[in-house]
Amino acid sequence: MKDKIRNILREHGKLAQDALSLLDEADLYQAGMTSHASVNVMLALESTFDIEFPDRMLKRNVFESIRAIEGAVTELVSGLSSKPAGAR
Amino acid sequence: MENAERLLLDLVDAGHLVPMGIDGMYGRGAAFEDTLLRFDAYISRSAKDDGATLVRFPPVINRRDFERSGYLKSFPHLAGTVFSFDGTPAEHQHLLETVEAGGDWSATQKMTGAVLCPAACYPIYPTLRGTLPQNGRLFDVFSYCFRHEPSKDPARMQIFRMREFVRISDGDSVRPWRNMWIERAMELLTAIGLPAVSAVANDPFFGRGGRMLAANQRAQELKFELVVPIASEESPTAIMSFNYHQEHFGSTFGIQTSDGAVAQTACVGFGMERVTLALFKYHGMRVDRWPDSVRRVLWG
Repeated sequence: MKDKIRNILREHGKLAQDALSLLDEADLYQAGMTSHASVNVMLALESTFDIEFPDRMLKRNVFESIRAIEGAVTELVSGLSSKPAGAR
Repeated sequence: MENAERLLLDLVDAGHLVPMGIDGMYGRGAAFEDTLLRFDAYISRSAKDDGATLVRFPPVINRRDFERSGYLKSFPHLAGTVFSFDGTPAEHQHLLETVEAGGDWSATQKMTGAVLCPAACYPIYPTLRGTLPQNGRLFDVFSYCFRHEPSKDPARMQIFRMREFVRISDGDSVRPWRNMWIERAMELLTAIGLPAVSAVANDPFFGRGGRMLAANQRAQELKFELVVPIASEESPTAIMSFNYHQEHFGSTFGIQTSDGAVAQTACVGFGMERVTLALFKYHGMRVDRWPDSVRRVLWG
């Protein structure tokens, strides 16, 4: 999963350094990810993992590091049944 | 009847607003206009020692600059673009027939190079490409602005005036400047009897991505507003906003500080119609009956 997340960050994160060499806990905003880039990262995560971030997760800290993203994606992938019907 | 609609009727009855048959667009009566211009002069007096460079743009922005500004990423639903007819005589005939039949004549129109200005500060950034002088720049801008959000609330107009001061420099200068203005503006509004309160705010970003942009903006306290109840006590109206854009406009339009860093920007905006409406709401529809203290400040 982390590799997929790193690839998404490399493509959409507009980071100043290669996402493949970032530490899991590195602050992505410090690394250059803008607010608009974080929206694109969020949308790419949704299509890659076939998930939908609920409103409560559309927050700055959910996307602040690879570890935080992994935690959020894991929660959504494991709780697929709780996805609202017809949401996609 | 909703409070907003009642207030609108009172304003129309008093001759302050002249309906144009489209929600959120009005003519302004003499007392309304005089009040607005007096408030504008009051702002100028408060900022006279700041050394701002005054520029007045027409209420449009070059479409290329608008496209680069990123406005469409955040607010596609609010933008208004100028279109015009650019066809043959035969197509002109088709246009007239379509209008005559009450049909949709938009297909006869072509996008021009102009977009209606969404905020008074937008035209200034593209003019600053390059390196700033050592202490950066400070501008004073004032323009009609357009936002496509038709409403019966007189405090939510589609076309309205915004007076802004814009600071372009490094972050260490821009942030304290914005904070200075929050305090100064509170004093200005208190002196004319408006009970403004400062609050962290977010822009009305579009869609699901917009929820995230709004949350980011709040988490970083990039936007403050001074709010006053106008049409509603529960959801007071922002009459001023204080916006810190970080490097957004500096990187978009290639503006550097004298040290070679990407410039940071902030703007302080007065919603001129909203302030004027708040004055009528709080002091009544008859300007000659307003409290002396308020009249002295505005009319001297």
